[in-house]
Amino acid sequence: MGDSLSIPTSASALPATTVTSRHSALVRVTHWITTLCFFALLVSGIELVISYPRFYWGETGNVLTPTLFKIPIPSSRALVPTGYKYVLPDQNGWSRYLHFQSAWILVLTGLLYAIALFFSGHLRKNLLPSKSDLSWRALSTEIYEHLRFKRPSPAEAWSYNTLQRLAYLFVIFVLFPLVIWTGLAMSLSFVSAFPATVTLLGGQQSARTLHFFVSVALLLFLLVHVFEVFLAGFISRMRAMITGKVNTPMERP
Amino acid sequence: MTNLSRRKLITTGIAAAAGVSGLAVAARLAQKYGLVPPDHGGIYGLGETLTYASQRLLTRHSLAREFPKSQISERPVPNEIAPLSDAYKRLHAGGFADWRLSIDGLVDRPATFSLAQLKSYPSRSQITQLACEEGWSYIAEWIGVPLHHVLDLVGVHSQAKYVVYFSIEPDWWESIDMADALHPQTFLAYGMNGNELPVANGGPLRLRLPRQLGYKSVKFITKLTVTDNLKSFGKGLGSAAPEGGYAWYAGI
Repeated sequence: MGDSLSIPTSASALPATTVTSRHSALVRVTHWITTLCFFALLVSGIELVISYPRFYWGETGNVLTPTLFKIPIPSSRALVPTGYKYVLPDQNGWSRYLHFQSAWILVLTGLLYAIALFFSGHLRKNLLPSKSDLSWRALSTEIYEHLRFKRPSPAEAWSYNTLQRLAYLFVIFVLFPLVIWTGLAMSLSFVSAFPATVTLLGGQQSARTLHFFVSVALLLFLLVHVFEVFLAGFISRMRAMITGKVNTPMERP
Repeated sequence: MTNLSRRKLITTGIAAAAGVSGLAVAARLAQKYGLVPPDHGGIYGLGETLTYASQRLLTRHSLAREFPKSQISERPVPNEIAPLSDAYKRLHAGGFADWRLSIDGLVDRPATFSLAQLKSYPSRSQITQLACEEGWSYIAEWIGVPLHHVLDLVGVHSQAKYVVYFSIEPDWWESIDMADALHPQTFLAYGMNGNELPVANGGPLRLRLPRQLGYKSVKFITKLTVTDNLKSFGKGLGSAAPEGGYAWYAGI
């Protein structure tokens, strides 16, 4: 596994326009499984919100109690007053089946990725930013360049930049664990065995609300991620993530 | 073919064979230990089986969270159901004096109980949450007789695997495994918050299953059947929920 995950780091110069490997097979396969699962979770999650577009804080919440906020959309259930005169078709059955199945596949894929992350050196080599990159000066330059939507230099095809690393680390170690935790905290059966999962979050309705917000954060990450892929060059980045290869018109960094 | 690719092919082949036979063994074991839900067929069978199996392993004996009296919701949600059947209305008009719960199937002594009989057994109460799959919830005190008490009275056979329960309303039935049926918090509930169970919340008799979503807590219960096989009930998917596209197991 170590070999398959490593990315060439030697400083030797290669001839121009050579094709070399960028992403390991494991990174590519887990990336696309995650993509598929994320879309399934997103679509089914939206459907589930439509069945009850109200959110609360605390243990309980229902049509008789004050909300934290409402999403002003029609609902797929007649019970919840939305202000709309129609009720959308109920999609919760398959949405729940699909949501949990995708969650399982995503969690198992994520576990495989996380294990490989620690044992292959991928974390240290490609994700943890170096101390010098974390200086205010370096960071502010990078933030400035990102905000100008500056196209990344060809050298960046070889490694993740600092903001990218920080974003990926945040998604892997903060957002994904949080979305799993808040999801499990809504399971009546799961919390019967592990009540702290829900009490620490302030209750079952708080867990649902937090689950919604973490999902929104993941969606925002996805949008920025896709935007950056277009900015960097859709064809070359997609090719790298599908075939694992990049064309380098220059010396390797 | 180079040595390297041949080696790769062989190792891949061995790994695949090991994976497939591992899955086959896992499936056999899961079946043996009752970790496969009745709606395991179809494209979502994998996720359903993983959820049911892992929750069965982790939560067989765990107790649903109970709350202090102060957390009881001011008003339990009277979620409307379609107009009730004439059979129900007749019994309602008679103050439910003629309401009966029958138990048959794999039991020594099939029996029929009146509400008065059920209320004569030691009553228990629990302050638990009812959560709907839509996303809303409320907390109430549920009063009733634990299902295991009534099952003990009729003598359940050792090969029993499921209890199927039916509402007086047509096509409204669910089933649970024995772990849930014998669970101390699984009630035949007839009271709520110190009073009779209101009609809107399932009165006079509702199965109360606090570790699963509300749709498993079927209202207006009149019949229980103990069985070792769910195939002969409805379409064979375990209960009415999977026939309507919903999961049989609703612990999540």
